[in-house]
Amino acid sequence: MLRDFLVILVGSSLINNVILSQFLGICPFLGVSKKIETAKGMGGAVVFVLTLSSLFTSILYKFLLLPLGLDYLQTIVFIIIIAALVQFVEMFLKKAMPPLYQALGVFLPLITTNCAVLGVALINVQKEYNILLSTFNGLSTSIGFAIALIIMAGLREKIEHNPIPKAFQGTPIVLVTAGFMAIAFLGFSGLIR
Amino acid sequence: MDFTLVLIAAGLITGVGLLVGLFLGFSAIKFEVPVDEREIKIREALPGANCGACGYPGCDGLAHAIVIDEAPVSGCPVGGADCAMAIGKIMGQSGSFEKTVAFVKCGGTCNRAGDKFIYSGIHDCNAAVVVPGGSPKQCGYGCMGLGSCVAACEYDAIHIVDGIAKVDPEKCVACKACVVACPKELIEIIPYTAKQVVRCMSKDKAKDVKVACEVGCIACKRCVKVCPFDAIHVNDMLAKVDYDKCKRCRKCAKACPQNTITFKLEDTDFWNPPQVEEEKETA
Repeated sequence: MLRDFLVILVGSSLINNVILSQFLGICPFLGVSKKIETAKGMGGAVVFVLTLSSLFTSILYKFLLLPLGLDYLQTIVFIIIIAALVQFVEMFLKKAMPPLYQALGVFLPLITTNCAVLGVALINVQKEYNILLSTFNGLSTSIGFAIALIIMAGLREKIEHNPIPKAFQGTPIVLVTAGFMAIAFLGFSGLIR
Repeated sequence: MDFTLVLIAAGLITGVGLLVGLFLGFSAIKFEVPVDEREIKIREALPGANCGACGYPGCDGLAHAIVIDEAPVSGCPVGGADCAMAIGKIMGQSGSFEKTVAFVKCGGTCNRAGDKFIYSGIHDCNAAVVVPGGSPKQCGYGCMGLGSCVAACEYDAIHIVDGIAKVDPEKCVACKACVVACPKELIEIIPYTAKQVVRCMSKDKAKDVKVACEVGCIACKRCVKVCPFDAIHVNDMLAKVDYDKCKRCRKCAKACPQNTITFKLEDTDFWNPPQVEEEKETA
């Protein structure tokens, strides 16, 4: 059991990093990685939402879709659930925890359109994780997302001060950097047999 | 064909959608956070540029600050008088608002202020100030005319004219971008209606000022003596106008032997001394 958790933690956050080896959630990765502060905010928001959405989607899948034999509808149902969940979390935070709401700010609604969230829900189904493992997989995947995002933001803050050829300025150099990061993360593969 | 499966699927999606919708609807009521409706109205009245010139995080931040009385109705320097009036109406007070503009406190044009050396480095004031000597001009306080403020201006309101930066008061919205950009701290935000301005920042002694620049302030204090409103003072060898007290009478400008203090900010040809002479006679 403990071994399962460890495998999922290392596997989802580092080896099969959601951004750098599964290429999910690229848009926030490029969009909000300009400053470390905002990257931290986005990372936190994703950890929060992804963990919760994994929990809810797996509950729904186990107790509603599977018994009715409607598992082919998973994508549609998951999208509804995730969108509603993000909305609800936003409302709840605004009421109950205004400081956290202020800190997460605009990133919360952005997550609705983050394909990593839907991707993880579908991966949970594919890999036939139970509810506990699904939730933990969501947590580890989002930790991997936050790691990649924050490293990227750190790199981009440094890149700003470098003399970059004009053709590479802006997004191109970011994509090149992302490519190198993905290659670097390849080094983790083979960590678990 | 078995239609029950299709019906079950359709029913499930409808059911889930309905439940989620109801749930969100109820939680919207339950978790509603009362927002002052004035805040929404003020937010609409603001320009929405989110430039941060007011010192608050974006227009939303300023709208909130105005509602809780933390910021004045004229808090938005970009929106200007119209915006302040509109917000004043929303807040139930008659908003009085004075347009302000940036002003470069240097009159050392190419032919008035001598050069110390010829600078051929990076064309940027912030790069030039770190060169030993501080400034390519003889006056260590004056505008170097390398245009860091021009690059900072989003409104095309400041330009290098005859070797020094000059603000176009019509285009200027007093966003303070140039104030921050200037390494010599030459730029000040002054009222649009200000008639007299001290176009010098030199804290050197009179003798050194005379050598460096034709129009530098020599701290002779004649302006202080003629001012009937106690609105101009000399500190650190430099005259400074207090615009709250100043009644725009122009006496200081007439008295200034160096022509450091000039007036008519509105004049396009405002650096031109002959026109100043004419004004003296008619005024």
